[in-house]
Amino acid sequence: MKYVDEFRDGGLARLIADRIAREARADRRYNLMEFCGGHTHAISRYGVADLLPAGVNMIHGPGCPVCVLPIGRIDDAIALAREQGVILCTYADTMRVPASNGMSLTRARAQGADIRMIYSAADALRIAQETPAREVVFFAIGFETTTPPTAVVIREADRIGLGNFSVFCNHVVTPAAISAILEPAPQARDGGSVRIDGFIGPAHVSCVIGSRPYEYFAHTYERPIVIAGFEPLDVMQAVLMLVRQLNEGRHEVENEYTRAVTREGNLKAQQLVAEVFELRRSFEWRGLGELPDSALTMRQRFERFDAEQRYGIVYRPVPDNSACECAAILRGAKKPVECKVFGTVCTPENPLGSCMVSSEGACAAWYTYARFRPKAAAPAAV
Amino acid sequence: MSRSKDNYGRRLDFRQGRVDMAHGAGGRAMAQLIDELFVAAFDNEWLRQLNDQACFGVSAGRMVMSTDSHVVSPLFFPGGDIGSLSVHGTVNDVAMSGARPLYLSASFILEEGFALADLKRIVDSMASAAREAGVAVVTGDTKVVERGKGDGVFITTTGVGVVPEGVDISGDRARPGDKVLLSGPIGDHGVAIMSFRENLSFETSIRSDSAALHGLVAAMVERVPAIHCLRDPTRGGLATTLNEFARQSGVGIRIVEQAIPVRPEVSAACEFLGLDPLYVANEGKLVAICTGKDAPALLEAMRAHPLGRDAAIIGEVIKDPDRFVQMQTSLGGSRMVDWLTGEQLPRIC
Repeated sequence: MKYVDEFRDGGLARLIADRIAREARADRRYNLMEFCGGHTHAISRYGVADLLPAGVNMIHGPGCPVCVLPIGRIDDAIALAREQGVILCTYADTMRVPASNGMSLTRARAQGADIRMIYSAADALRIAQETPAREVVFFAIGFETTTPPTAVVIREADRIGLGNFSVFCNHVVTPAAISAILEPAPQARDGGSVRIDGFIGPAHVSCVIGSRPYEYFAHTYERPIVIAGFEPLDVMQAVLMLVRQLNEGRHEVENEYTRAVTREGNLKAQQLVAEVFELRRSFEWRGLGELPDSALTMRQRFERFDAEQRYGIVYRPVPDNSACECAAILRGAKKPVECKVFGTVCTPENPLGSCMVSSEGACAAWYTYARFRPKAAAPAAV
Repeated sequence: MSRSKDNYGRRLDFRQGRVDMAHGAGGRAMAQLIDELFVAAFDNEWLRQLNDQACFGVSAGRMVMSTDSHVVSPLFFPGGDIGSLSVHGTVNDVAMSGARPLYLSASFILEEGFALADLKRIVDSMASAAREAGVAVVTGDTKVVERGKGDGVFITTTGVGVVPEGVDISGDRARPGDKVLLSGPIGDHGVAIMSFRENLSFETSIRSDSAALHGLVAAMVERVPAIHCLRDPTRGGLATTLNEFARQSGVGIRIVEQAIPVRPEVSAACEFLGLDPLYVANEGKLVAICTGKDAPALLEAMRAHPLGRDAAIIGEVIKDPDRFVQMQTSLGGSRMVDWLTGEQLPRIC
């Protein structure tokens, strides 16, 4: 497949692997976090770890939209479908995220709730137009990549005056999560402190927000960040660039993904998001706790489409299962195999924690793609 | 056969007519449907007797029997329809024992209101698929459910066949050192179906690979009677079939990504839907396992048959108490190819 196979080429991979091996110093470790689940998926699916020298340690970050969604928000969504009788529309990955009392959207649907899996925010709008007698709620989740399409449908609903449509907004912003990892709040520090030497920066998120927002982190926390695409060679090239920066004592934002990311990003998408959304004062992230200015909510002009207001949703935090180590795993403080319930009580079929749900989650990626490896080869915590 | 005109007065209207509850009620309407549609299409000596069962002689030896229900949506898709699929599915399940399929039964659950024109198109397609496969549909059943309680039509077929002397094919016979062979590119059926789902519709030139594989199997068995395992990787795709073999045989399997044929159009569709072709359904492919010594001859026999033209050796059986399937990736790393979790759902970003 043109424009894709080129970025999965085994010959080029060996070439980059040789360079990394040559340039990585034997007397130090390189603890690199790939922020995005997309990178985690690429690393696992293509076996990238096999091509990296022992001193380069990849840590899976929290950039998986369903993994950071707290139980309480899923509970709220289920309640909307079951108690308010709305048609709840959501993206596929959200369906299996565990909620309270062994519930999930999939199970709620099996019990009769009208929950529909959609491929695009526009599908939710269409369903609302086609079923004027029912209330339709779009359960919106995701980072900056999925936010602009939500903004589009809210604006469209406003334009056509669609009264039976609203959005349960759970969109989160990337920079807040990076801050939280670099400077964890005291309540989120269980599982030990984390020393991350450098970051592989988001691919699709950066297409929207550009590379500029990362400059603050590189400068303030003195950590190199290399923005990389989601193909395996992108990841390997980014690792090489990070190794070079660290060897040279640099901490800059570099862009490996120049075929899609600019410094300014997609200004049209940014304007659209700014028109419809504003920052929430605080939002709970699974694993990272309450983070200030870390999520979005609708501006006053669009608040009639805010499901939280329409249905008077009052958020109640729900603690994770006490055996679940998702919190520490999401911050790279623990490896999936260090969790007592990993692969026993918690499996992709019956996930206890959210990291086991999406193939982008650290636990599901390890379980699905790497279980045959000896435990010692697990991505090490720091 | 042509009694119908006299008995039923007006013939069934295969242009405008619709299935109604009477077509499953056991009375004259049902008899007419059987006569004018099923017996006419499947026409054979057993069906013509109009008994509730088919009575046929069998040769000595081992028989196999298999059953398969078909609920595909949409009912008509590029490269086939639920009718041809219901024949191919069961013919293939029978053939994967090395057997020659002989007889089929067909059971229809029809939804009230279903267009008779569509039903006729489906039954004709079944009949021609059965004729091509050299099997006779010798008995059947029809039920009608109220509108809203079915999805147009569901078809269950059961097949029987006879295994040639000296052939012993079973999923538990893979041994370390054996080779794994695949008959052609994977994922065509699943992608063809998905391209037609209403909430996904995208344009593709991909057609379902739905086909009866007994001819290919016969050629393979003739050349290498000692084939260990055979299976058609339908739902759950190649990955699922390999995991089944590993579990049944108590072995591991290691495959090489680059050796697995996938059409560029299928790769592209899987890419933007977030699917892995290893898990996408096929309806006209098979996986075979045989000794390393037999593998070149088996590959040659497969490639000499039109349905195995693109056959390839894709991996080998290894010793592994964990019964894992692993893959050397095109990039040069390795990973597991695990059982499918839930449905294969697209990723969101």
